[in-house]
Amino acid sequence: MLRQGPDSIFERIGGRNTTIFLGILLSLTVLAALGNLLIPADSALHVSTYTITLLGKYLCYALLALSVDVIWGYCGILSLGHGAFFALGGYAMGMYLMRQIGTRGVYGNAELPDFMVFLNWTELPWYWYGMNNFGFAMLMALLVPGLLAFVFGWLAFRSRVTGVYLSIMTQALTYALMLAFFRNEMGFGGNNGLTDFKDILGFNLQSDSTRVTLFVLSALFLGLAYLCSQFLMRSRLGRVILAVRDSEARARFLGYRTERYKVWLFVYSALLAAIAGALYVPQVGIINPGEFAPLNSIEVVVWVALGGRNTLYGAVLGALLVNYAKTRFTALIPEGWIFILGAMFVLVTIFMPKGIAGLLQRRRKEQNGSGSSLTTQERHA
Amino acid sequence: MSSPELGLRHKETGIDVSHDIILYIEGLSVSFDGFKALNDLSLYIRNGELRCLIGANGAGKTTLMDVITGKTACDRGSVYLGQSINLLERSEPEIAALGIGRKFQKPTVFEAQTVFENLELALKTHKGVWRTLFARLDSAQRDRINHVLKTIGLEKQRHMLAGALSHGQKQWLEIGMLLVSEPRLMLVDEPVAGMTAQETERTAELLTSLAGERTVVVVEHDMAFVRSIARTVTVLHQGSVLAEGTMDEIQNNREVIEVYLGKEAVAA
Repeated sequence: MLRQGPDSIFERIGGRNTTIFLGILLSLTVLAALGNLLIPADSALHVSTYTITLLGKYLCYALLALSVDVIWGYCGILSLGHGAFFALGGYAMGMYLMRQIGTRGVYGNAELPDFMVFLNWTELPWYWYGMNNFGFAMLMALLVPGLLAFVFGWLAFRSRVTGVYLSIMTQALTYALMLAFFRNEMGFGGNNGLTDFKDILGFNLQSDSTRVTLFVLSALFLGLAYLCSQFLMRSRLGRVILAVRDSEARARFLGYRTERYKVWLFVYSALLAAIAGALYVPQVGIINPGEFAPLNSIEVVVWVALGGRNTLYGAVLGALLVNYAKTRFTALIPEGWIFILGAMFVLVTIFMPKGIAGLLQRRRKEQNGSGSSLTTQERHA
Repeated sequence: MSSPELGLRHKETGIDVSHDIILYIEGLSVSFDGFKALNDLSLYIRNGELRCLIGANGAGKTTLMDVITGKTACDRGSVYLGQSINLLERSEPEIAALGIGRKFQKPTVFEAQTVFENLELALKTHKGVWRTLFARLDSAQRDRINHVLKTIGLEKQRHMLAGALSHGQKQWLEIGMLLVSEPRLMLVDEPVAGMTAQETERTAELLTSLAGERTVVVVEHDMAFVRSIARTVTVLHQGSVLAEGTMDEIQNNREVIEVYLGKEAVAA
């Protein structure tokens, strides 16, 4: 009779928006994949491998945006350093791909990656051990960013650092990592990063089928992350997270140890970002310290703001749209992009504080007639 | 007396009120940048009583609540819940789990969530991260929320966002959040601010009916309201207790009149 909170697991992850979101994501993925593999290259309907890789890249960005929405839109923690977790996940994947090159490198050294031979190193640093094993490398891709997020979050949230101070700390974190990874002595390829990858799990990275597989995997992980996040946010835990965002002191006086909620959500968010990074690297073929650049992390925040916070699908939409625009504009006026991005952020903040998702919601509300503004539909939309 | 093991045991067995006192506050001092918000304050709250705290702005009422609930650290003094639980060494969530609930001066509810969800969050239940992820309302809890909704008169608004409530209704919702958490000791800061006369009357009835079963400490400026509910009134002045007694005693107390009305009034 009355809505008493979602009961079945299906309801918790379900809802109309989830169905629509997953439906669109899945059908576009299948169409693009088939368009590349089945339709001959001379047909107008053929989807080029270049496009597939570009779409795969966008999907990784969308997953990164989703991770920022989880922490910013739902918990009010504005992280300006999520690029760090993305890059760390990417580096772990890059290390694995580096080790797969074997003797096919320029120097033909089976033991050492090219950049180490170039630096006259004689043996592999200890932290490269095991990275030729895919399972271990992927474990590291999650473990290292997860642990970093845990330690950072534990220190910051326990000391009750919030607001702009926290944002500055996250920014400093990614900046410090960038400077560290730029150094050749670190053993991560310095300025050039890791590149010239050949294959992944024995599959040639240049082949169409590998590209399509990576693209489809990116879509699958994005869908999975969306479902997981829906489940989290629709549970009572999700409501505590909102409570922390809106009045942390009140939540504490109700008996919630808010710092623990924040730490675990931060770790979850960092893991999503790391997965995005690990999927991104084999598709773009390179990872370098530039991925740690503070500007990258800020860009992600712009995607989420433009798409609309606190809806999950808004973040995905924002990431896809902004990156599509970026691809088009940088082809036309490369220097102009940064100004367009800035202008977009300012305009969105002023004229559409709830982003594109906010516009969609208002539209739907108008269609449904009045009255729904007082219910939870909007929030769960 | 306050060894960790003892504290833990009492957390399970409840609060030791064998001396009929639930809250001991002794020699409490708090200063902010030299300003003494609390100055050697001592106060004892009896188990099950309804106590009103009054005093001018800056008398230290809210600071006192902040210290009891773990928000503000004190410079000197002790605060014990019952015989054995030292509140000064506990955090806000721990103190809440011990059964001390608080209503803020400014109504503080979770505006982006419904009335029902606000109450659900306040339920007396496990508050750990993992348990909360898989938590479901059982029928007893649902009944409890429905009961409280009836008590605070917000049954029709149960699915409304708390942010859409009127000021008075938000006050009631926050009181409801206190009730649903089944506290032993309720600290209620200015419950009737912004309420209509009728709402004020209902609040008075509610708070009076709670006393006995729970201990209620009310901070309020509205003297008519205080008169209508209080049996014992404590007057705070410049961070310490100025007078304590029934409303009549307080109103005839020389010192209180002096502080409130000035020396001339006493002389006249």
